[in-house]
Amino acid sequence: MSHSKHFKYSTARRKVLKGLAAVGLSTALGGLGMKNALAASKKVTMGFIYVGPRDDYGYNQAHFEGKSAISKQSWIKAIDQENVPENISVQRAMESMIRLDGAQIIFPTSFGYFDPHILRIAPRYPDVTFLHCGGLYDASKHPKNVGSYFGYIDEAVYVSGIAAGHMSKTGKLGYIAAIPIPQVLRNINNFTMAARSVNPDIIVQVVFTGGWSNPVKEAESANSLIDQGADVLTCHVDSPKVVVETAERRGIYSCGYHADQSKLAPKGFLTGAEWNWSKIYLEYATMISNGSKIPNLIRGGFKEGLVKSSPYGAAVSAEAKAHADKVRAQFVKGDFVVYKGPINDNTGKEVIPKGKEYSQTDIWLESMDWLVEGVVGSAKG
Amino acid sequence: MPLQLFPFLIPITALALALVLFGGFVALAGANVLEVYHSIYRGAFGSWFSWQNTLTSAAPLMLTALCTALPARLGLIVIGGEGAVVLGGLAAALTGLALIDAGPWVALTGMALAAMLTGGLLIGLVGWLRYSRNVNETISSLLFNYIGIAILSFLVIGPLRDPATLNKPSTHHIADTHMLGALGESSIHWGFGYGLIACVILWVLYKRTTFGFAVDMVGGNVRAAKLSGLPVGRTIVLGCMMGGAAAGLAGMVEVAAVHGRANTSLNAGYGYEGILIAFAARHHPLAIIPMAILFGGIRAASGLMQRDHDLPDATSLVLQGIIFILILASEAVFARLASRRGRAA
Repeated sequence: MSHSKHFKYSTARRKVLKGLAAVGLSTALGGLGMKNALAASKKVTMGFIYVGPRDDYGYNQAHFEGKSAISKQSWIKAIDQENVPENISVQRAMESMIRLDGAQIIFPTSFGYFDPHILRIAPRYPDVTFLHCGGLYDASKHPKNVGSYFGYIDEAVYVSGIAAGHMSKTGKLGYIAAIPIPQVLRNINNFTMAARSVNPDIIVQVVFTGGWSNPVKEAESANSLIDQGADVLTCHVDSPKVVVETAERRGIYSCGYHADQSKLAPKGFLTGAEWNWSKIYLEYATMISNGSKIPNLIRGGFKEGLVKSSPYGAAVSAEAKAHADKVRAQFVKGDFVVYKGPINDNTGKEVIPKGKEYSQTDIWLESMDWLVEGVVGSAKG
Repeated sequence: MPLQLFPFLIPITALALALVLFGGFVALAGANVLEVYHSIYRGAFGSWFSWQNTLTSAAPLMLTALCTALPARLGLIVIGGEGAVVLGGLAAALTGLALIDAGPWVALTGMALAAMLTGGLLIGLVGWLRYSRNVNETISSLLFNYIGIAILSFLVIGPLRDPATLNKPSTHHIADTHMLGALGESSIHWGFGYGLIACVILWVLYKRTTFGFAVDMVGGNVRAAKLSGLPVGRTIVLGCMMGGAAAGLAGMVEVAAVHGRANTSLNAGYGYEGILIAFAARHHPLAIIPMAILFGGIRAASGLMQRDHDLPDATSLVLQGIIFILILASEAVFARLASRRGRAA
């Protein structure tokens, strides 16, 4: 609960933070800082909707942190609502933010909010912009005032995989995942390929829990993977808290996901893949305040600043850090291709032949339904 | 004061007291109490827009509350509403897909019947296990929730998945013309109408028919009911089935009015919130209506409490919890007052 209180600053502290944020803004966006100061009279009201709690140490907290960062701007009024299920509740929450709070831009941040919920509400409010996290905007089908944004977080997962590959002694890594959908499979594949690029004998054992927030099963899976010899765990569930804490308690390493979990595992935390939403949220707010056209589709990875790695934990060796930093630098330059043939899946079938490359933006990767060689587990769940 | 007024006065006093206690909690959390009350009013009942939010939230709760309230009249504590919603919704979606070429009336009737039958069979089974095998109905219905949710996830992630639903596994979409619309010009979907009708019909059934009389007798004393020759087993199974059918219908409404498909969003906790409402309404089908509206209103106001006062979402759960406990406690007070009156008379 402590986290939900973070945005209650005393006046003095708020001023300090405002000052800090203004410095951050002007360095990040150059000349834009000035323009925004001028636009202070016209406040931009932004509404954020999360599917889980703001302080889940995971997916929702990452968005909440993005929202908190931008709400320090005097010209932004950021409002939010947590624990909104993917049903009619989210339709009501969106309308309520628009009609009772005058929100001009709505960020429904969970994947399942899009179809049918955003698609049903957006046409009724043509002056409001709806920006959805994770979906694919299709200009031929979707309303004009709708857009989507997402990050190639699998790049950051790849970097985690490098660190994990260096630190594992048993050669067995564990991956706890929610359900076998393309996004999840892609993260598992990236993690596995990265770790095996360090040590080709590494195997990654996958357990699907069947749901995005299933703490009991997550703890059981973590314990059972550790019992089977895994010495690095990572996960793709809404809140990695349980997995990271279980790994720490059992004295093994962990890689985080979604947000920064280093505090939960001071001994065994290696690094993690994080979203960096504050950057894009500020850019969107600036576009609204300038009246410029908002792009319907924004995607990006390290290069565009949409994802980042958690700070290295104490245990990470210098060699692992150097290697991980090198790969990240290549991602930042934009010349690292993960899906370069030959790549076999874990049933022995060749999925990408030698000489064939799929770059990050390739749409084919977004329908991934296979697990790469080295993963123990089935893409069917 | 006439005794007949007590059933109304006591919950209202309990409600007022709950608001006062909640005010203390809110003050501790550092928010302005009067402004929070105003936000609750504004978010739940302050305008036609807010009323629509409240009634939409209340719709599934009326139906799931019946799933606990009807068996409770038989003396059973059934908490399997969630499983009945989920499987009812799944059955509705499958029927909708099977009848995709039929007319809207045929399809919607088929979907409603399939959902009610599925929910009814599930909770009917709970009743049957209780009667013939002496399996504790609370435990079995709780476990059936997990089984229901697991069946739904297995089927929508696996064999019934529409391959186009890449990142949110779901069944195929029912025909757009088969979607349940809104009530008149409002944004309240037909689920609210179904809930009202179900509460009224079941009230008439329980108050005005011999079946209702048999239910009350079984609920009062099973042995006495048996001795007087009532079909106890059949009454228990039928009573449970009706409750399950109501919750199953809530699942059908979720599919036909909201999602258009079945997926794990059906598992949204309506079944569990219904338990609270059934108890707060003291298992009276008509009292479920205002209770569901009250709890729906708190749900609808939760957003404003978060947005205007930086309170966490759990605040609305705290309010619900305080109301629930005080209404239940007031029942004990009521019973004591009534017995004292009885002695005095």
